[in-house]
Amino acid sequence: MKDFAQTRPVPRAINWNRIEDDKDLEIWNRLTANFWLPEKVPLSNDLQSWSRLTDEERTLTIRVFTGLTLLDTIQNAVGAPALMPDAATPHEESVLTNIAFMEAVHARSYSSVFSTLCTTAEVDEAFRWSAENDHLQAKARLILDEYDATASPLRRKVASVFLESFLFYSGFYLPMHFSSRGRLTNTADLIRLIIRDEAIHGYYIGYKFQRGMEKLTEAERQEMKDFAFGLLFELYEIEARYTEELYDPMGLTEDVKAFLHYNANKALQNLGFEALFPDEACRVNPAILAALSPGSDENHDFFSGSGSSYVIGKTVATEDEDWDF
Amino acid sequence: MTPLAFYSSRSGNTARLIDRLGLGGTPLPPVGDPPRMDAPFVLVTPTYADGEGRGAVPKPVIRFLNHAPTRALLRGVIACGNRNFGETFALAGDVIARKCGVPVLARVELAGTETDIIRIRAGLSHLFADLEAPCSIPA
Repeated sequence: MKDFAQTRPVPRAINWNRIEDDKDLEIWNRLTANFWLPEKVPLSNDLQSWSRLTDEERTLTIRVFTGLTLLDTIQNAVGAPALMPDAATPHEESVLTNIAFMEAVHARSYSSVFSTLCTTAEVDEAFRWSAENDHLQAKARLILDEYDATASPLRRKVASVFLESFLFYSGFYLPMHFSSRGRLTNTADLIRLIIRDEAIHGYYIGYKFQRGMEKLTEAERQEMKDFAFGLLFELYEIEARYTEELYDPMGLTEDVKAFLHYNANKALQNLGFEALFPDEACRVNPAILAALSPGSDENHDFFSGSGSSYVIGKTVATEDEDWDF
Repeated sequence: MTPLAFYSSRSGNTARLIDRLGLGGTPLPPVGDPPRMDAPFVLVTPTYADGEGRGAVPKPVIRFLNHAPTRALLRGVIACGNRNFGETFALAGDVIARKCGVPVLARVELAGTETDIIRIRAGLSHLFADLEAPCSIPA
């Protein structure tokens, strides 16, 4: 006999001309405008640069990328889908399907890098490494446990923002480091596309978290904030160990940790919280910042006291019809 | 007195920056008629660009600046953004600076760091001291 109590209700057809939250449409438009596939990036131009890396650097790169692949796989298959039943609007659900799919594109991209630059044996070894690496598995476990906790939609969002805006960065550091030295520059272009997407994901999920927080009592908000900072501490401990294991041999650990602190603070800001790490702990190597946003520092701002702020940079598309003057 | 005008969407980063500066400010509404300014001021705005840089300046900011007498009083722009958006980081500042012939005073990420707050407070204080000095009001 059919159990009618289990029958799901027919959803209402989504009407994008009746928007309940403007942010849904804004983010949908931004994400779809930014759509890309790894085939867009001429990765094979990095073959020569790849061949000039040391064995140690090559192994590190492949391992870092399998670690990133794992995070994207989780976000694609578990993270973004886990947020969908919590969606406050039907449009939020649609945005989350875009996020889920782009995470699959990101995960797929690393395999494009591998098939272009590496041997099958090297790649198989790195995937084995990622499946067995205690730190990588531990951070994945912490996040998955929050996704599976049925009680709290907001805790799921916290975990998701930490994955999107914090956990990726121990990995993203390496291609930015290479790029700042003119190495693997096409791979870096691909990573920058991923970074751009993850920034919107963290921003949007953090925004939805803030809307959810508004519905809580002051005491519940404090409890949620304590949970978020607690989870960040736990993840940071693991990230610090993971960073040491990967980057100690190259002498880059302290540089990477500054980048972790900086990104942890940005993840907290996405959730509407204040920074945790003091500015002194977040002094990211300027070469890494320049690799993240190439060109954006060419026009120094007025208050930093260097350069001419009146020299305005490249021509960009603006909607002139919106400006009367 | 440091007159600031700012737009912040409900993600709240720019509003948090304004709060932490502690200098007050005139908020621009997301919809409806923007306020009009009657004294020199600095604009603080987020950036909403896609990958090609389109749509960098939020619509409420455009509506605000379309009023010529208000625009004539604009002395500079502080742009919020995120370096993760690469070349379009804080692009709204560059677009407004070019269109209005004013300097980008500062670029900050999200709600800004403590260092940003100190730097902006000091910068604004100098800027407005200069503006208030009778001989140095820009033509």
